[in-house]
Amino acid sequence: MPVIEVSHLTKRYRQHVAVADVSFSVEEGEIFGILGPNGAGKTTTVECVGGLREPDGGDISVFGLHPRRDRDRLREVLGMQLQAGELPDRLRVGEAVELFASFYPNPRDPGELIERWGLGPKRNTAYRELSGGQRQRLSILLALVGNPRVAILDELTTGLDPQARRDTWSAIEQIRDTGVTVLLVTHFMEEAERLCDRIAVIDSGRVVALDTPAGLVAGLADGQRLRFRPSGPFPDALLTDLPQVSALVRRGDLVEVRGGGDLLTAVTAALATHGIIPEQLRLEQATLDDVFVALTGRRADSPADIVQAQ
Amino acid sequence: MKALSTVARTELRLFLRDPVTVAVAVALPSLVLLGLAAVPALRAPIEPTGDLSFVAYFAPSLLAMSIAVLGFQVLPTGLATYRERGVLRRLSATPMRPASVLFVQLVINLVTAMIGAVLVMAVGVGVLNVPAPRYPLGFAAALLLGTAAVFSVGLLVAARVPRARTASGIGTLLFVLAMFLSGVYLPKFLLPDWLLRISDFVPPGAGILWDTWVGTGPELAPLLVLAGTALAATAGAARVFRWE
Repeated sequence: MPVIEVSHLTKRYRQHVAVADVSFSVEEGEIFGILGPNGAGKTTTVECVGGLREPDGGDISVFGLHPRRDRDRLREVLGMQLQAGELPDRLRVGEAVELFASFYPNPRDPGELIERWGLGPKRNTAYRELSGGQRQRLSILLALVGNPRVAILDELTTGLDPQARRDTWSAIEQIRDTGVTVLLVTHFMEEAERLCDRIAVIDSGRVVALDTPAGLVAGLADGQRLRFRPSGPFPDALLTDLPQVSALVRRGDLVEVRGGGDLLTAVTAALATHGIIPEQLRLEQATLDDVFVALTGRRADSPADIVQAQ
Repeated sequence: MKALSTVARTELRLFLRDPVTVAVAVALPSLVLLGLAAVPALRAPIEPTGDLSFVAYFAPSLLAMSIAVLGFQVLPTGLATYRERGVLRRLSATPMRPASVLFVQLVINLVTAMIGAVLVMAVGVGVLNVPAPRYPLGFAAALLLGTAAVFSVGLLVAARVPRARTASGIGTLLFVLAMFLSGVYLPKFLLPDWLLRISDFVPPGAGILWDTWVGTGPELAPLLVLAGTALAATAGAARVFRWE
């Protein structure tokens, strides 16, 4: 039974439609990613799931609870890390964690949580003295202190340096290993690829694809790229006639073949029938980045996205 | 209940970690009074005031200082900062209602204002021979309603302004106005009568505080206006308050 069910969610702000039609369901214990360019409606979607915004249409259920009507019960099982949710400057790490722990009926142990997230040495440090990465870790920690069964994490590694980002990813995997279901909003492909069991790609307020990361890549028609130097001449049709091949390009004596499915086997078998040996053979898999470009027509995290968001 | 007491403890700690605000609110009015009293001429009865010393004449004006600084400046700026930085929003994602933060901040600021006011009276009456309030009941009513009116207006400012800087600007304007009407900048005998009349009605109702402490007794109309202001501003704040 799914933990989160969203069906035909819509939300508009004045004349601007933030979410046009979003449906997905999240199974217990998975890390479910919501991926999309800036302004695609990702944050609005999860804020509706968390009960922070009232949807204009559609249904949402989290453990069978209605986010607005069952607000208080939902809050006890759902932890949220928000994009813009800071803390008072003078509040210290330990105090913040104890404060948030006091809101929940069965909180995790604040001290242990602080240690586990590497903030032990910062326990008595004021919020304003923390680095961006430390604030981010504190923010995630506060989303987890209530011992939630679902955690919503919105853009959790934005503004982190690469090392801090990787540390955060390991930490998220730890959360999942304790049985917490994670709804993760991101626009980093690498993050989605590494963490998510399944991904919904959202663009302009609609789900344009929903699959596992591998499934999304495999679904791309020319998701694979094969490069080699043939040991002798052969007609293009030998390969372009194969159902797995979508395009063939020659660059000097180098051949590049694009396609999907079991491209490698099909191509090498066809060449073998002509006694051609593909030398310096290299297979490149498409990345989630390529999927994203194919689906949204935009490169992830590019300046065009920022214009789009405004 | 545990959540509320933790919120209260935390907010109190944060409040006390801003010693400048605490010092200004609690001690400054009394220190000004003590500073004035250090000048011998200001301890002797002076002509424009009848039989009062300047210190006694001036003491009621200083009462407004703690109340106005906390109600007009500290409270709205604090809440606007919480809103601007998403603290209220972050709290609304927990089982705790952000209204309890608002409530706790209100109580902390009110109690601090009262400590400041009581300190001015203690220093004035106990140390500097200022007479005790001549109309204790009327004085208590004026202090209570004046404070309620100031804090309600502060809440109304806090209810809507999106930025801490805006709240602080509006708050400073209200504070300066309150100080002027209270006769802190210019002694009351230098202010025109119509302005003194206004000061009866505008929060914190400095005129009525003066009348009931060292003057000729309370009037009903200003007390009713202050009470009405408090109710209207609180209702307005509750209606338009934004958490984000």
